[in-house]
Amino acid sequence: MFKLQRKTKSEALFDLINTIGMLLICFVTLYPIWYVLVNAFNDGTDAMSGGIYWWPRVFSLENFEAVFDSPGIMTAMGITVAKTFIGTVAHVFFTAMVAYALSRKGLIGGKIYILIGTVTLFFAGGLIPSFLLMKDLHLLDNFLVYIIPFMFSFFDLIIFMTFFREIPEGLEEAARIDGANDWSIFMRVILPVSMPVLATIALFHGVFQWNDYFTGMIYINNTDLQPIQTYLYRVVAQSSSSQMVAAVQGSSGTKTVTSQSIKLATMVVTTLPIVFVYPFLQKYFVKGMMIGSIKG
Amino acid sequence: MEMKPTINREIASKEIPVNSPSTRRKWLKKLYTQRHLQTMALLGVAWMIIFNYIPMYGVIIAFKEFDIIHTISEAPWVGLEHFREFLEDENLMNVIKNTLGISFIKLIIGFPLPIIFALFLNEIRSVRFKKFVQTISYLPHFLSWVVLGGILATWLADVGIINNILLWLHIIDQPITYLAEPSYFWTIIISSDLWKELGWSAIIYLAAISSVSPEMYEAATIDGAGRFQKMWYITLPSIKSTISILFILAISGVLNSNFDQILVLRNSLNDSASNVIDYYVYQTGIISGRYSYSAAVGLIKSVIALILLLVANKISKKINDTSLF
Repeated sequence: MFKLQRKTKSEALFDLINTIGMLLICFVTLYPIWYVLVNAFNDGTDAMSGGIYWWPRVFSLENFEAVFDSPGIMTAMGITVAKTFIGTVAHVFFTAMVAYALSRKGLIGGKIYILIGTVTLFFAGGLIPSFLLMKDLHLLDNFLVYIIPFMFSFFDLIIFMTFFREIPEGLEEAARIDGANDWSIFMRVILPVSMPVLATIALFHGVFQWNDYFTGMIYINNTDLQPIQTYLYRVVAQSSSSQMVAAVQGSSGTKTVTSQSIKLATMVVTTLPIVFVYPFLQKYFVKGMMIGSIKG
Repeated sequence: MEMKPTINREIASKEIPVNSPSTRRKWLKKLYTQRHLQTMALLGVAWMIIFNYIPMYGVIIAFKEFDIIHTISEAPWVGLEHFREFLEDENLMNVIKNTLGISFIKLIIGFPLPIIFALFLNEIRSVRFKKFVQTISYLPHFLSWVVLGGILATWLADVGIINNILLWLHIIDQPITYLAEPSYFWTIIISSDLWKELGWSAIIYLAAISSVSPEMYEAATIDGAGRFQKMWYITLPSIKSTISILFILAISGVLNSNFDQILVLRNSLNDSASNVIDYYVYQTGIISGRYSYSAAVGLIKSVIALILLLVANKISKKINDTSLF
């Protein structure tokens, strides 16, 4: 009896410390984001003296107004939205289509096609040969460089194939009896029943497209074609403030925004869409990680 | 009408004799019935040939003196000249030191911590609190490195929160420009990577843990096992194969620096601590235009990475019977 009592006590202590530890991890995760948020909502000139930790000292929306008034930032935002949308649809559709063909039994050459794909998982040409290829394909300074080179992934194809193979054959046979060919079976039978896996891959690729700055950095010189992440990269990492100065001067004559405060507001605007869709999509990416881990 | 192809396909696949004219005719017929599928598959193969295999062929510029005016096949062969040049390169030691140094510290700290986090998160009794912690811990994974770079620059600035706290505690007398000091670079890289990926990396382990049978824990409780004993003797061994597979991948990736991260946080002042192979390839190739040399450096890297993968896979197969392939 006595022994049991002591054990519960130490168990309770363990639970307490564990809970406090987890709360601490949550705090450490959220606070850096919160810090940026309160500073972005603070008057720019006032923020320069620092010390804004929990709440804006001089609340202001001018930083965000400056962001939305800046044609450079808005163009970049538009490019990001366009490349994320078009790129994700193209990637999911094209990869799923090839995966469907390769998942059919008795496909002539199927084994060879899969071998061709498997090699790509282990060896890649690397940065320079890829760069030269994009140049030869006239994809430099071309919006399509965000789409075509990312339309297909053999890794995602494996995930699709695993899913497609589980679809009961009866569905397909029924459509075939109704006179459907392989193409219309893919479009009208396979795609509609594969929504969970399509959504998972779309989510992962969408986040990649939204966050990718490297493509815009090496293949795009024309600033009208750069996505918001590349724009931010040029501002954050290279401290090339010329773009920011333009945004500051463009902001309707007020003197209270600084390049730093606009930078923070741009970061918030860039990240907000992801944070908003994130809770709704959580179940998909957890599921996706599982499919990926079973496979990989 | 359209039932015919299905039947034909079945017959064709049962055919045994090879190379007889009738087999070939049936093969062609089968190919014809598969025309839609073949088109779909070949579009994918064509994509891979263009975007995966042409760059693989392009690697031969590492053995040539390639310039932008001539085509790859026109460029003269120079054999292993660029590889010799790399071995004599004054940057070689620094680049290797940074690449391996950062990767090994990431491996030592960044590999076990998500496992530990998953083990302890699993011990949380309230399902709702567990979900809450998980949701928050994934969040940073979805921030881009550019945004995180901006956050770090804000935190580490002269008037940033880190300097303010250290000044207030009188640990330092004047603000430190962290991102301009090579000596702080590795710490910044490793801790920011941990902040971003801790919760995300734990997902796979949590999934593996959730499939452990509850009966094993109940039996252990009856035998008088404490929480740590259960973690050590039940949970950890049950996820051993997951850990092995992720370890193989981690080992084969030691030459891969997180390029997105390095590129955002590096600058010319911290170059002596931040120049890694991936950046060096980018710098010599894209910025300086030494395409052949840069391709040679990249090729050395991919060959070593492939060997590491095969070796790690073999070792894991021997030691605990788990392997990637």
